[in-house]
Amino acid sequence: MPDITVLLPSVLQPLAGGQSYLTTPADGAVTVESLLDAVTGNYPVLARRLRDETGSLRRYVNIYVNGEEVRRLKGLETEVAAGQEVLIIQSVAGG
Amino acid sequence: MGCMATAESYVLAIGTKKGLWLARSTDRKEWSLSGPHFLMSEIPSIGIDTRGDKPRIMVGVRSEHWGPTVAHSDDLGATWTEPEQGAIKFPEGTDAALERIWQIYPDSASRPGVVWAGCEPISVWKSTDGGEHFELNRGLWDHPHRSEWGAGYGGAAAHSIVVNPSGENVHVAMSTGGVYRSLDGGASWEARNKGISARFMPDPNPEFGQCVHKIAADAAVEGRLYAQNHHGVYRTDDNGENWISIADGLPADFGFVMLTHPRREGTAWVIPIKADSERIPPDGRLAVHRTDDAGESWKRLDVGLPDHEYNAVLRDAAAVDSAEPTGVYFGTRGGSVYASADEGESFIEVASHLPDVLCVRAAVVSGVVSPDVAAEFAAAAAASGVPA
Repeated sequence: MPDITVLLPSVLQPLAGGQSYLTTPADGAVTVESLLDAVTGNYPVLARRLRDETGSLRRYVNIYVNGEEVRRLKGLETEVAAGQEVLIIQSVAGG
Repeated sequence: MGCMATAESYVLAIGTKKGLWLARSTDRKEWSLSGPHFLMSEIPSIGIDTRGDKPRIMVGVRSEHWGPTVAHSDDLGATWTEPEQGAIKFPEGTDAALERIWQIYPDSASRPGVVWAGCEPISVWKSTDGGEHFELNRGLWDHPHRSEWGAGYGGAAAHSIVVNPSGENVHVAMSTGGVYRSLDGGASWEARNKGISARFMPDPNPEFGQCVHKIAADAAVEGRLYAQNHHGVYRTDDNGENWISIADGLPADFGFVMLTHPRREGTAWVIPIKADSERIPPDGRLAVHRTDDAGESWKRLDVGLPDHEYNAVLRDAAAVDSAEPTGVYFGTRGGSVYASADEGESFIEVASHLPDVLCVRAAVVSGVVSPDVAAEFAAAAAASGVPA
């Protein structure tokens, strides 16, 4: 079964046991929401860094599927095909 | 592991826009600084709980990217712990998400383990396990006034929590909304703002909606509290039923800070800012003002403070310790931190050129500092490049 890989920014890697990416098996397309549920299930602090308690993606967290930021697609309902890579990158914010 | 040192020492926690610094002293004259902890996260709230065997430092942390959380340290900042599921989390059904922790308030020694938190969006929380997990106060969350509460410039938050010795009377102040009082330990709440001005509203004397910046209780007189308002400095002697002006004698009635003495009746400190529209110390001359007669008169205190200072001092960027004489501490938005070991009569600069200071808290930690922790602290100070 092909994996879907989620690449983490270095600042979040300590919250995933030092891993630079997380994978989950997938035999078909899954939504970004269920993908995040799957890969952060064992890393609850990491999960809270990405989404708030309502499940919304934090404002300055960007997730890219096929090079497109998911807010330009269908948000957390955006589908990710088996075998794809997903990028998590913090956006420009702060001063 | 060496033997435990028993000397009394002081810890000063400095929360800034870009991290936490910790200062330690044995005499409140010489301070060593370590940090930054939580670099690039703002630290708008700190609670130092000295009720247990070890002092616990709790901090509200907020990253612009990664959101807010509460962390605590039981070894004076050598290591930090964050509850996996988060200490403060809005329950399902509220459709709300935690934005910022504005206040962490350890309750009295008679209620060990109880810690209160005030948050944005406007909410009050209570922990019974030393700040590791908090529950939302539903009485205030479900209050019928909620839809009419507004946001001050810094956000809409409950920023002050005061609990009386019995635990029955709880006062909360919010911006904007004003003062709310509970007589049943937090189960139900009523607005208590009679006499507090809201000059930015069409009706300057509404039941609620005031922008009270900070409240603090007189430690020795039950039912007496002090308030620094968005223009106006007030006192109540009847548990919030009526507020009277005590601004006469101050150079300005605007400001954010209100501190009270940990034991003595009638002593409070404010740090005036010129005006809503001119948020600098009056004439660019920074000064603390203290009353020893519950606001009947004020004494200007500026020994050791700079000749010119154009930065404001935010509502939680000031604190007292519990020593005798009481220490007074504050930090500016320009990143300077000042400490007084004599109730404000004279100040020394503890730190300078830090990011905007959002919160300071100070505590006496006695008989609990192991040489290992002291060594770790010194190492951290050395590693940070900050002279110890």
